[in-house]
Amino acid sequence: MEQDFLTVRVKVNGVDKRVAVEPRRMLSDFLREDLGLTGTNLGCEHGSCGACTVLVDGQSVRACLMFAVQVHGKSVMTVEGLASDGQMHALQEAFWEKQGQQCGFCTPGFLMSSYELLQHNPNPNEAEIRHAISGNICRCTGYQHIVEAVQAASEKA
Amino acid sequence: MKPAPFRYVAAQSVEEAVSLLAEHGDEARVLAGGQSLVPLMNMRLARPAVLVDINPVEALAYVQANNGHLAIGAMTRDAALERASAAVAHSNLLIEAARCVGHPAIRNRSTVGGSIAHADPAAELSAVMLALDAQFVLQSKAGSRTVAAADFFQGYLQTSMAEGELLTAIQLPQLAPNSGSAFVEYARREGDYALAGVAAVVTLAANGSIADARLALCSVGPTALRVSSAEVALRGQQPGAEAWASAAAAVKAAVTEAPSDIHGSASYRRHLAGVLTERALALAASRLK
Repeated sequence: MEQDFLTVRVKVNGVDKRVAVEPRRMLSDFLREDLGLTGTNLGCEHGSCGACTVLVDGQSVRACLMFAVQVHGKSVMTVEGLASDGQMHALQEAFWEKQGQQCGFCTPGFLMSSYELLQHNPNPNEAEIRHAISGNICRCTGYQHIVEAVQAASEKA
Repeated sequence: MKPAPFRYVAAQSVEEAVSLLAEHGDEARVLAGGQSLVPLMNMRLARPAVLVDINPVEALAYVQANNGHLAIGAMTRDAALERASAAVAHSNLLIEAARCVGHPAIRNRSTVGGSIAHADPAAELSAVMLALDAQFVLQSKAGSRTVAAADFFQGYLQTSMAEGELLTAIQLPQLAPNSGSAFVEYARREGDYALAGVAAVVTLAANGSIADARLALCSVGPTALRVSSAEVALRGQQPGAEAWASAAAAVKAAVTEAPSDIHGSASYRRHLAGVLTERALALAASRLK
């Protein structure tokens, strides 16, 4: 019943990619292992922690709960897609300034969830920010500084 | 935490999907949103030999009012359901429950049909389907049939779907005039599985007494639970604290198989079921239209 490899054509951070993968290749492993984009971190690998959150066609998803073959023909954005021309994105600057990260493992997921929020809602209130990041777990910060960082980024933008 | 190898087929239509299911029998599993199946595959609790991906079947993603009922395509994402104007017009209950499903990134993928077919007793939408007297359209290569929600949920992760059948649509009758509805749940953390959740519909008669009530709960037994004893207890009563308390007592008596785990004991869940029943009924009754 096994199939060897299927070809995936996908745009990742604006760049066209064409890679042959096993059907069971998770999107998260595809990004990290096949494309070398190790910014997307893997925490639980069963959809609980949110560390691997990326955007597929502009919508946040758990990269550990999608197969790479499912993004064929789609557009994926990872944390590496936030900065441009060596300049950090306003969200990244704000996480830096407000100490929205400590160990940093969950940060890429928080950045992507926050990025999706600000795309739809450029001036969120605290409740809206907390709702948007409710699927991301941080065991260091207690969330307060993350909320402040998202607020600061929204004010800057 | 990596799935076992499988063969992957992206079905482009319902016909192709049911044909693949007929061909591969119990070796095949349907991939909808994947927010329950893929964790099970990652943990190797599920090892399908063939995965039939129905995500490309865009014809199964819709929410529309027609002929006195609300029709929901099985591949409607929960994020789409909570924003669909036809769903908002149908009932508060439906929208409130959809917003309780997981987190935003989960709801961007999770589907209404997937949640129902998976039949997790903690799934909010299963309780909603019982409370709203939903009908499910099941398609197979041999044809299609319609099953009532009341006959669908058979046990923990078990339904009356036969091998080779695909859930394609959900039909919800419109609420009777002078009805209100609500969904209330309690979870330790926003988006987590609830310790208990209650779906309630209240319909008043012209004289102001309760003509009809419907109550269904999630997370308090091996399946979502419709509590007809509580519904009977409410009929004919005046809406108010006394009526809600009698319904809560009936609910607590009916919750006999609540799970006990690190998140909450069976007795705590039973207690919550009663408290949330009163809150859901009061909220539903405050929304009559």
